[in-house]
Amino acid sequence: MKLIIAIIQPYKLEEVKEELYKTEVNLITVSEVLGHGRQKGVAEVYRGAKETGNLLRKVRLEIAVNDGFVEPTIKAIIKGAKTGETGDGKIFVLDLKECIRIRTEERGTLAIG
Amino acid sequence: MINSGDTAWVLISSALVMLMTPALAFFYGGMVRRKNILGVLMQCFIILCALSLQWVLFGYSLSFHPGEGFWGGFGWLGLRGVGLEPYADYAATIPHQAFMIFQAMFAIITPALIIGAFAERMKFSAFLIFTLLWATFVYDPVCHWVWGMGGWLRNLGALDFAGGTVVHINAGIAALMTAIFIGRRKNLDHNAPAPHSLPFVVLGTGLLWFGWFGFNAGSALAANGLAVNAFVVTNTAAAAAGLSWALIEWIHNGKPTMFGAASGAVAGLVAITPASGYVSVVPAIAIGILVSVFCFIAVSMIKPKLGYDDSLDAFGVHCVGGIWGALATGLFASKAVNAAGNNGLFFGNPKQFLVQLYAVGVTLIYSVIVTFVIYKVVDLIFGMRVGEKEELMGLDLTQHRERAYTILE
Repeated sequence: MKLIIAIIQPYKLEEVKEELYKTEVNLITVSEVLGHGRQKGVAEVYRGAKETGNLLRKVRLEIAVNDGFVEPTIKAIIKGAKTGETGDGKIFVLDLKECIRIRTEERGTLAIG
Repeated sequence: MINSGDTAWVLISSALVMLMTPALAFFYGGMVRRKNILGVLMQCFIILCALSLQWVLFGYSLSFHPGEGFWGGFGWLGLRGVGLEPYADYAATIPHQAFMIFQAMFAIITPALIIGAFAERMKFSAFLIFTLLWATFVYDPVCHWVWGMGGWLRNLGALDFAGGTVVHINAGIAALMTAIFIGRRKNLDHNAPAPHSLPFVVLGTGLLWFGWFGFNAGSALAANGLAVNAFVVTNTAAAAAGLSWALIEWIHNGKPTMFGAASGAVAGLVAITPASGYVSVVPAIAIGILVSVFCFIAVSMIKPKLGYDDSLDAFGVHCVGGIWGALATGLFASKAVNAAGNNGLFFGNPKQFLVQLYAVGVTLIYSVIVTFVIYKVVDLIFGMRVGEKEELMGLDLTQHRERAYTILE
């Protein structure tokens, strides 16, 4: 079991979701986050004053998968989120020790799917 | 002779109608996704600015100068000759400029209504040019035909008290055209976009309802009994329609929604607009109850079936509700309410219903054709739709370099 965490561009969320549906990965947690980006992003202008704070908006995905789904999930995220420009984001893959479905108290690979 | 009571009422009404455009901005703004709210607010706001100038420079002259042609005429360009004395053919007891500024607010909100159909995907620059052309080549002529001295629909006897045909049908059908031409928003199938702030929608509805008293009761152009009649039937129809929409949802979907009740109230206000100076209270209740039935069917059954993406239902509410209102005027109008009007079908004058039908038909056909031409010309030269990436990022950031909401502080 792995926990996949991906940080992507907010405007790529819909495409990534589409790709994940195609891969039949439907269980996903999404949150809006701020991150230290390397890229400059789109400068916002307020009454003529430019603001290019280096904390940029990103979307964070958390997906817990069984081992067979790790590579397809990674491919789907890349397919949906990649533009080739700085700022596309990162994918982290972590070992997942345990997973429990609260409703049924099932554990492990049964609980993930 | 200037009457101070009439003048005061028309000035207050002008201010009330002015407020409807920012109100509409919140009504629409709450319905879009959070990345697009400034785009909608800005479109409404800039219409308020741009058309205020268009109107005093040439729009008023094209619309209201006496004349029997396509436009009224060019004699009042820059308000030359539009002074502080009454112009009796339009309003005998208020300064001509009071009538002019009251009408300005109608000319402003009408193109703003169309925004609901192409929301979340039109380029700001193209929008601005489209709007100015539409106001000049669609609103101004239709306004002249229905309300201007020498206008041919006015001479035919079509009844439109406060703008069912000129404002709502005209803008509503143009809205459908733009929704079809610009195409559906991206990724609608798996992600039906939820309104980002229903409280804004309700705030906008409340302010629209408030402003609509100026729209309809102000259209009496005097502080008199007719204004009171319009005020009362306006409130009654909005109430009946809000309740009716909520009940329809309750029966049809199991729960009444705030969004539905608000949509119903606006539909009721649209429908009573042409009728408000010609019908009494009981017909107003019927107009209100039924408009929600028609608009509900248009919005929740016909739209999904045909697949056009009228994002915020500018067509489904304003055109459908406007047509019902114009035809209902032909059914329920009564000389007992307004001797200057006429009787409708139910008061022994079936001809009035046919005249209403004719005026609706003419407006629909004219607006469809000219909206088509204007849209295609602007699209060819400037491109109407934003790029795919811009659409996904949202209009706030890509068209205006601003965001409405921060995350942390």
